[in-house]
Amino acid sequence: MATQSQGHYFVPNPSLYPFILSAGLLVMAAGFIFSVNESVPGHSAGSWMMLGGLGVILAMIFLWLGKVIAESQGGHYKTWEDKSFRWGMMAFIASEVAFFAAFFGALFYMRVISVPELAGFDPEFTPYKDFLGAWPSAGPGGVVLGTEYTTAQFTPMGAWGIPAINTLILLTSGATVTWAHWGLLKNKRSQLVMGLFLTVVLGLLFIALQAYEYHHAYNELGLTLQAGAYGSTFFMLTGFHGFHVTLGTIMLIVILLRSMKGHFSPEHHFGFEGVAWYWHFVDVVWLGLFVFVYWL
Amino acid sequence: MSYTTTAHHDAHEDHPSGIMRWLTTTNHKDIGTMYLIFALIMFMVGGSMIMLVRAELFQPGMQLVQPEFFNQLIGVHALIMIFMALMPAATGFANWMLPLQIGAPDMALPRLNNWGFWLLPPAAILLTLPYILALFGIGDGAIATGWTFYAPLSVQGGIGVDFAIFAVHLLGISSVMGSINVIVTIFNMRAPGMTLMKMPMFAWGWLITAFLLIATIPVLAGAVTMLLTDRHFGTHFFDAAGGGDPIMFQHLFWFFGHPEVYILLLPVWGFMPQILQTFARKPMYGYKVQVYSLWAIGALSVVVWAHHFFTVGMPVPALLYFMYSTMAISIPLAVLFYCWIATIWRGSMSFETPMLFAVGWIILFGIGGLTGLVLADVAADAQYHHTYFVVAHFHYTLFAGGIMGIMAGVYYWLPKMTGHMYNEKLGKLHFWLTAISFNLTFIPQFFLGLAGMPRRIPDYALQFSEFNMISSIAAFVLGAAQLLFVYNIISCARGGKKATDQVWEGAQGLEWTLPSPPPYHSFTEQPVVK
Repeated sequence: MATQSQGHYFVPNPSLYPFILSAGLLVMAAGFIFSVNESVPGHSAGSWMMLGGLGVILAMIFLWLGKVIAESQGGHYKTWEDKSFRWGMMAFIASEVAFFAAFFGALFYMRVISVPELAGFDPEFTPYKDFLGAWPSAGPGGVVLGTEYTTAQFTPMGAWGIPAINTLILLTSGATVTWAHWGLLKNKRSQLVMGLFLTVVLGLLFIALQAYEYHHAYNELGLTLQAGAYGSTFFMLTGFHGFHVTLGTIMLIVILLRSMKGHFSPEHHFGFEGVAWYWHFVDVVWLGLFVFVYWL
Repeated sequence: MSYTTTAHHDAHEDHPSGIMRWLTTTNHKDIGTMYLIFALIMFMVGGSMIMLVRAELFQPGMQLVQPEFFNQLIGVHALIMIFMALMPAATGFANWMLPLQIGAPDMALPRLNNWGFWLLPPAAILLTLPYILALFGIGDGAIATGWTFYAPLSVQGGIGVDFAIFAVHLLGISSVMGSINVIVTIFNMRAPGMTLMKMPMFAWGWLITAFLLIATIPVLAGAVTMLLTDRHFGTHFFDAAGGGDPIMFQHLFWFFGHPEVYILLLPVWGFMPQILQTFARKPMYGYKVQVYSLWAIGALSVVVWAHHFFTVGMPVPALLYFMYSTMAISIPLAVLFYCWIATIWRGSMSFETPMLFAVGWIILFGIGGLTGLVLADVAADAQYHHTYFVVAHFHYTLFAGGIMGIMAGVYYWLPKMTGHMYNEKLGKLHFWLTAISFNLTFIPQFFLGLAGMPRRIPDYALQFSEFNMISSIAAFVLGAAQLLFVYNIISCARGGKKATDQVWEGAQGLEWTLPSPPPYHSFTEQPVVK
């Protein structure tokens, strides 16, 4: 809490990055819309627009964060600025929690309310006579907006194969990143680099196993994104989580490289801690996924 | 409370000139100004759209527009007014006034702040682009589902829905970034000695708003993402054949949508007591109890969402729960009303334009609150749901409670921001025209709703003709009156009587210790609050 004067607060110089980043988002969004609407003229140009927008976004993120690192190395960030980043990161992670809560909410709603209800109508009147409503479910089938939807036949993903291994991997990676943090606090640089390296390897391993699991689901289990309530929630939840793990791994690689260049000090290393918090966050989300999507 | 300020200010303004100043700025005042100007422009755009709607509803039968275009107009009007007029206006005030009120050198994360603003114009482009594309034969215009995106209509809708989904995504990122900035600024940038319970009420209002945004905007983002995948990638979130449920969309949407009402109103509830105490020349009544009430309303707002769709078919216990929890909000809200009235009670009041808007706001927003209590009643709601009664109710809360509150804020702080006094006569004329024509627009709509006129329909039965005609004429006056507002702001920015530092005789708070207009960088040395 700001109880005493803390000197001069660093206000960054004017910057064009945010504006260009927004422009890139606009181009990518418009390109995406054109690319998914086949009836629209300009449909074929959509994917290229999308890629162009994405390129601008990536370039801007690279430059922007590069600038932040340069400012940090230039000694512009003191305790006061550091506190701002900490509060900011916590608020950002809170918003991410809310985003995942929406998809977990959809999972619970379908499983507890909508699927049993579809099976529970008056037998005299229901169009879903043979539907039992047991979870996992791909729904009773029927006509969807004019096209016939036949209930997908699939085998649900078991919890005690790859998902259990992935749980171990992520929990271990949480330990290795903490070990790296201890190394940083005790100024043991080799422990820091080694810990981060192990964390990155575990992250990459997780992503690879998840990719294999998707391949297995699509080719052998008949479990696809189109497979009704279970398929939709399974792939959207694990997909968004996998996307976040990928982002987290990229962030880990960045701080690994920075550690190897000698950045961060035992007193001053928000960049490291922000990434570590984010990594613990994707870890916790995974535990929710393991329990509610795979296991129960 | 007393302050000691060091009279040291940077004389130089180190920023690029011309357009580059505005594209690149990291200064909270510049960004606040951009937010406010953007909000004003979009307010006029959204207002023009509804003028066309009222023109169509002037008489029964179809005169001016096609029903499809009518549907597009009402939905885009709502999205613009909520996300691009009211919210940016509140964020603009937060940017301008929070650092000044709590004695901070700037917002805590200035570059992020700039990004928060520059996400808005692309969102506005995305939302309105389908209108222009339709002129060239691409797609069938903007989103035509109303602002609520209800499935399955939105799953079937045209390309406009996709554009609106991504507009909402950009607006959502903007709001989350803005909220992060507000939270960090309030927790980390307060002047030494300014404890939380010494903060100006505006900071409290915005802090709770920011928490609500962080908690609910991502849920909206999730909901529209599910909608997008249902539309294009074959998921079955909102489709019974796959085990989903269109009603789930309503739950997800209103889990965001109800707190959104308080997101729009809490910043106003924050600065309004400050305006009231200024012009009543006595301290605000019940500071602590107001803070607790704001928290209570913020907390309750996330657990009452299903009262927006009582008629959809819910189990009776759910109906009862959502009815009683909704009605419970009226208790802390009534406490706030009591405090506002007690603040001006026996004060030595003067009625400059901000005070006129503030007092008018108490009365009109009161009507909005009371009619909300009627709608919260499950049994009564079955009659009123989806009628013009609802339309009139939420315009009393969001136009009177939101926009008129913002107008009070604009007149209150404009002299501080520009360094000039606005035209008081014109301001008063603006208030009276707005207040009278607003009531004449929406009181008839209460009666229309009670008589059963459904909302969102471009045609109506003959017995509704007179009230609709009155409503339309008053709406045109209301629209035209806002041109005075724009004119007054522009002429105030360009010149006029010099404003003093204090501006208003009874004004309290750190922002009034600075010159009018404040220097480009203020409080580089933090003041000490005792």
